[in-house]
Amino acid sequence: MTLHQTHTEHLDSETGKLGMWIFLFTELFLFGGLFLVYSIFRAKYSAEFHVAAAELNAFIGTMNTVFLLVSSMTVAMALTAIQKGERKLALFLLLTTILLAGLFMLNKYFEWSHKFEYGIYPGSPVLKNMSHGELLFFGLYYMMTGLHAFHVMIGMVLLSINVVKVKAGTVNSTRFLMLENSALYWHLVDLIWIFLFPLLYLIT
Amino acid sequence: MKHDDKHISSYESLVIVLAILLALTTISVLITGFHLGPLTVAVALLIASVKVAIVLTQFMHLKFENRFLRLAVSGVFLLFALVVIITFIDYFFR
Amino acid sequence: MIMGNETQVSYLEYQGRYKGIWSWLLSTDHKRIGLMYLYAIIFFFFVAAALGLLMRIELIAPGRTIMEPQTYNGLFTIHGIIMIFVIVIPGMAAVFGNFFLPLLIGARDVAFPRLNLFSWYLYITGALLGILSQFMGSGPPDTGWTFYVPYSVESATSVIWALTAAFTLGFSSILTGLNFIVTIHRMRAPGMKWMRMPLFPWAIYATAWIQVLATPIIGITLLMVIAERVLNIGFFDPALGGDPVLFQHLFWIYSHPAVYIMILPAMGVVTEIFPTFSQKPVFGYGAIVISSLAIAFVGYFVWGHHMFTSGMSYYARWFFSFLTFIVAIPSAVKVFNWISTMYGGAIDMKPPLLYAIAFIFLFMIGGFTGLILGSLATNVQTHDTAFVVAHFHYIIFGGMGFAFFAGIHYWFPKMFGRMYNNTVAYVALAFNFIGFNLLYFPHFIMGIQGMPRRAYDYLPQFETGHFISTIGAFILFTGLIIMVWNLRHAARRGAKAPANPWHGVTLEWKIPSPPPHENFDEIPEITTRPYFFGSKDNN
Repeated sequence: MTLHQTHTEHLDSETGKLGMWIFLFTELFLFGGLFLVYSIFRAKYSAEFHVAAAELNAFIGTMNTVFLLVSSMTVAMALTAIQKGERKLALFLLLTTILLAGLFMLNKYFEWSHKFEYGIYPGSPVLKNMSHGELLFFGLYYMMTGLHAFHVMIGMVLLSINVVKVKAGTVNSTRFLMLENSALYWHLVDLIWIFLFPLLYLIT
Repeated sequence: MKHDDKHISSYESLVIVLAILLALTTISVLITGFHLGPLTVAVALLIASVKVAIVLTQFMHLKFENRFLRLAVSGVFLLFALVVIITFIDYFFR
Repeated sequence: MIMGNETQVSYLEYQGRYKGIWSWLLSTDHKRIGLMYLYAIIFFFFVAAALGLLMRIELIAPGRTIMEPQTYNGLFTIHGIIMIFVIVIPGMAAVFGNFFLPLLIGARDVAFPRLNLFSWYLYITGALLGILSQFMGSGPPDTGWTFYVPYSVESATSVIWALTAAFTLGFSSILTGLNFIVTIHRMRAPGMKWMRMPLFPWAIYATAWIQVLATPIIGITLLMVIAERVLNIGFFDPALGGDPVLFQHLFWIYSHPAVYIMILPAMGVVTEIFPTFSQKPVFGYGAIVISSLAIAFVGYFVWGHHMFTSGMSYYARWFFSFLTFIVAIPSAVKVFNWISTMYGGAIDMKPPLLYAIAFIFLFMIGGFTGLILGSLATNVQTHDTAFVVAHFHYIIFGGMGFAFFAGIHYWFPKMFGRMYNNTVAYVALAFNFIGFNLLYFPHFIMGIQGMPRRAYDYLPQFETGHFISTIGAFILFTGLIIMVWNLRHAARRGAKAPANPWHGVTLEWKIPSPPPHENFDEIPEITTRPYFFGSKDNN
């Protein structure tokens, strides 16, 4: 009779995947709270949101959307590659994903610092002089893109761990739950942005 | 370790999915150029929802997962929508 | 038939990779984690109860008794934070869910044992942050556990410490819920179809979904309050265009479902107790399953009943009141089923059963008074009064608390391998029951008469009620100490418990008391419906 160890090294993949999906549900609800606040104030201050959104650079926003969409494809391809045993390709695709994420963060850094230069940040005198709706728009902009960027960084860490593990061979064609789950997490980061982008950048 | 017979997405299919997503993104950006008034938001959100559905079903493989998971994902979005709608019962009628 | 080798070492004695205290602090055994939660909860419960007792001492007479008003405000805040976030929300799931969910479904552990241990560490961190809020920064928070804006933004006290504590505890709750959902989906014993699963796991399942889908909302809301305090973000500030009532919406969108996180496992435990001590299957198994899921689902849509006087629209008030009445129905169905389970059964009066019966009595008082609060017209009279304080203490303490006592007396022999003294248990129960009612019932009357809640001082007309209430608090506190002392004494020196002292028929009674490290020698195959009392295997 084998004593089943409760400290499984190889977690059954369906179980592990279900766990990650449920975690993604919690992330959806976490951002959901912010989307709820957005929808309330959007309804109340629609004209002012419209004006404030014009301050955002739709081109950068679109670029970032493209980066994330492509990165979703590259990480999905990385999973395919690993499943087919194409290790080098998987590594290349993972690194590309991380690069695209990095470009996203770079854009974000430029966007935010540009805004700071103009005195647009929570609690600033410039903001206080704006209309209520504009002030709230920017509050939401910072909180939503800030929380999102935090999750992008977590995603980059997860993807980097996968690079190490693929290199070491501990993530391979028969054991790829870690990559699969990290990819799921990455797609969620993309998902959130797909909603954020039109709500923040395209309502002009 | 137990392995299920996994559906492996082909590289080609993933590229096609990306192409569709990029096309939808282009449309949504262009749409905002047109003055549809309040409809603009609705259209932009509709396109975003389609993109989300594509990412969920294709990139996240939901199309090939078990029925429970698909039900749960729909349930999560539905629950969130209900909470938003109910909150609006307050704000809309004040 | 007892499964398992008698000479196999129990989970209490097992020494694995680590030795001594580390074999506990680094253990991923769900049973040890359950015990670690239990010890932490007992400790923090007595801290919070002592704080409550101090409040009652202050309120024994009008005017200043032993403290200043600011101290009192800090006391009711931390009493609430600990009781809600450290005791009642985690309590049943973390202790009994952890210990008995795998046993009841025939599994060796939960789906993610290391994540389970991580949840415990998050829990301890959160609890400690809550305690630290009393000593760090600029004074104990005085906002109430509900952190309403604008005061939670304006208060000069250490609010952010408390907000971070609640956030951390919420994260712990989320991960536990996630673990339990996956465990139930993926680790049931062969043959245990969904409708063959006992009702405590069903309760845990419904609870876990709430943990997972509601808790993130409070997480983000607490972050928003921090953003208000630190960044002046404006969401809740009317001067900047925000809405303070929006905070209340966000807060209660979580905190109402949270009360179902508290009560569903409690209902699950008593649903295990009634068939065992009636030696009869649960009446209406299917109805209880559906009721549990219905409570979890409908419970998402009633949050506004905490906000009837806040200025919501008429239609919102109407909607929430109506849904509140609807959500009471599945609970009533369960009460009917519990009583029907006992009807015609071979009643074995033991402490677990008596606590479960006390639970029904106290929970129903809480439930009925909830209807008074849920009714728009009467809510105007009772909102923010002592009536509310009585209502929620009857539901939470009389309900979940007494169910917890029922559960610990039921499962104690299994967890510790010892029997406790029934007589002393009954004495403690009497003190608890009498003390509880003396403490809280006057609050219903005082509340209707106008006594506000969270009030340091009061008019002379409320003196008698408060006096009785404080006496009740002392009696209750005595009962709690006797109860815990009795159990502690039994854990060390009680008579050895058999595998199945109560003749139960669920899987945990088929293994030794206390269980071996791996739970089951061989994973059982389930072939009968649950609560099958027909076989001769009941010893």
